[in-house]
Parts: sequence; structure tokens; C-alpha cells
Amino acid sequence: MSSKLWAARAASYLKISFQYRGFATVIKDLKYADSHEWVKVEGNSATVGITDHAQDHLGDVVYVELPDEGAEVKQGASFGAVESVKATSDINSPISGKVVEVNTKLSDSPGLVNASPYESGWIIKVEINDADEVKSLMDSDQYSKFCEEEDAKH
Amino acid sequence: MAVSQTRNLGLPLINLLRLKGVPILQQLHLEERLLRTSSDNWCIINDGTIDPTIVMGVSGKPQELLEIESILRDDIPVIRRFTGGGTVIVDQGTIFVTFICNKDTVPGLQSYPQPIMSWSSLLYKKVFQGIGDFRLRENDYVLGDRKFGGNAQSITKNRWVHHTSFLWDYEISNMGYLKLPKRAPEYRQARDHLEFICRMKDYISRSSFIDSTIEAVGSEFLLRSAELEDAHCTLGSKFEPSSRLLRKQELGEAIFKSLTASQS
Repeated sequence: MSSKLWAARAASYLKISFQYRGFATVIKDLKYADSHEWVKVEGNSATVGITDHAQDHLGDVVYVELPDEGAEVKQGASFGAVESVKATSDINSPISGKVVEVNTKLSDSPGLVNASPYESGWIIKVEINDADEVKSLMDSDQYSKFCEEEDAKH
Repeated sequence: MAVSQTRNLGLPLINLLRLKGVPILQQLHLEERLLRTSSDNWCIINDGTIDPTIVMGVSGKPQELLEIESILRDDIPVIRRFTGGGTVIVDQGTIFVTFICNKDTVPGLQSYPQPIMSWSSLLYKKVFQGIGDFRLRENDYVLGDRKFGGNAQSITKNRWVHHTSFLWDYEISNMGYLKLPKRAPEYRQARDHLEFICRMKDYISRSSFIDSTIEAVGSEFLLRSAELEDAHCTLGSKFEPSSRLLRKQELGEAIFKSLTASQS
């Protein structure tokens, strides 16, 4: 369940008013794309998923379209999709490289993307081509600000 | 560049493509190509499709959603489309309306499923003003508590598609090809198809619906009439759409899967 829903229920139970300001979780050591994917780089290996902000806005994920192991991914290009509500939404890779592992648990439990977007809801692991690509991504503070600005505009 | 120039006129430009009786697979391929390779906004209206066809969402499992034996017996085509959502059977009585837009086209609209769904319902609210008790109920368009329009979307980094199949009319017998889906909106309350849906023809004529929809679109966009040839000209030739016809062998395998599932 999203943090927004918990906050609303808690406020209602405690009979206090609150203003939702979009407190989606952001993890400090990850890097973020403006299409709301995260990447954790460890040497020449990277793990990719979608952010808490993304899963919250998408709704309950019912299906994840995963790439094949061995497929090439390119920074900024789509490599798969999530289905939520009535929509398929592209997942775009924050990093270029070769897919070495996909999270097969998502086939039976697509809801992991909602429940644990940064941990058990990871989507692919990539052998990266160029570690310098990460420099074009946002850090956690920049991404938090980006999300606030995006939500404020709409 | 072109989009920002036309927005100086106050409204974003949209190409209006009016079709009649185009096969649904051809329509889906066109939509997917325009989503992925065009940078224009499009409104496509297809007034009926020629043959009864079943269209499942991207993750639909035939064994769960379809009465496969009847479908194979009667040679009904089954398509898996590129957008999410549920299963419909479409024919000449179905009117299709599709929006394909750049993510910044509609001011203040975030390109996520729910905001797009809400925006579309406000547009159609204008169409049904004074005609019936229209609303968006969960993700369906309803008159009263009966569904007459089913929606689905596909969202990319910079563009989105929102398409609707409207039940202007339907054949009761065709609904027999569809099982009661496991994933259903709460307001359905386990009603079978005939208790759950309604015919738009009981409220509005075909031409009035299409004319009013175009008028509603014209209140939010600057309309530019397009022909099918215009749409094909803008398309990148390398792109391969993913919507496809399921082979009879696949449907047969699905029967086998449902039999083994029921035995386990």
C-alpha cells in the first residue's frame, strides 16, 4: 500500500488534518532517471527498478513484461513494461549494457514492484558498458526535488 | 518545435482521422506505430469494425478469459493488443475512439493511468450532457451502473495512448464467448455480461455520438483533418507492432493448460 494511503488513514484515525506533499521514498545511494527508474551500481554490475514515486502513481502492478537474459539495454530506451490498472507503461533503462538476470519472482508476484520497489521488486540486473553514464543521472536529493517539482506542476 | 508554435494559438494541434469498418488489428497496428514513431497528436475514430473479433489486453490468459472451444468451433479471431486492461468482443456495433498525445500536450496532465483516465472522462462528460447519467466508474464509462465503454492505455516516456471501445450495439450471443473475468471492478458485483453492460444506441444515435465527440475534442484541441495516407506517411518503416492474432495452436494449448490446471 502506498505511503500516501497510510498517511491518509493515520490522519483520519487520529482525526488530524494533513496535506499530502508527496513523500515517496527515495534511497540515498541509488541513482535516478527522469523517467522514474533507479539504478544501483556495484563495479560493472547494476540493478534496475522503478521508484516508489512511479509505483505510487501507476497503481497496483498486475503484470511485468521482462526482457530476455542476454538482451542489450540502452540508456533512456525502453526494455520492458509494467501493467497497472488498464495501462502498460514502459520501463526505461537508466544504464546501457547486457541483461544478465531478470527478477523471475515478478511473474508470479508482480505486486512486489509496489510493495518493495527498491528491494525485492528489482527488475533487471545489467552488466554495464560504461560506468560514466551514471554521471548523467540524478542523485537522491536531486530526484526528490525533481519529483516535488513534477507533482507541483500538475 | 511544431507543437510549441501551434500552442501559441491557444490550443494544441491534433490530427483527426475518421475511419469506418477498419479491421481492429489494422487499427491497433496503426495506433502502436503512431505512438512509437510519430510526434504529432492524433484522435482516431473508427466507426465499427468488420468481423466479430475478441481483443485481450497485453497480459490476458485465454484459458482464464475465453470460452476457447466455442471460439475455435466458430472460428472467431482472438487478438492480443499492446495496451493493458481486459477482454472485449468487438464488431460492427463497436465505435472506437483513440487519443495519442505527447505527454506535455494537455496542460497540467501527468502521463499516468489515473490522470489520463480522469481527463478523458471529462471530455466524454460533454458528449453525454443531458443524455444519460454518464460517469467514469473505476476505469469504465458507465450510464447509470452499466458499462458501455471500456478503456485501455499505453504510456511511453514521452507519449501516451488512451483508447476506448464503445458498445453502441452488441450481439447477445457474442458475449457467450467471454468468461466472467477474475479481475473485475467492484461495481460489477459479479453480474454476468448482459446484466453489466448496456447499449449506447438506447441513448444516442451513432452519428450524434461521433459528431458530439468531435465537437468535444475541438473544445480542447485545434482539429486538423487527416487521411489514412497521411498517417502512413509519417510512420517509421522499421517499427514492428506487438499486437497480434493468436494462432489456433496457441488457443488449443490454452485449453490444455486449463484442463491440467483444473486437475491439479
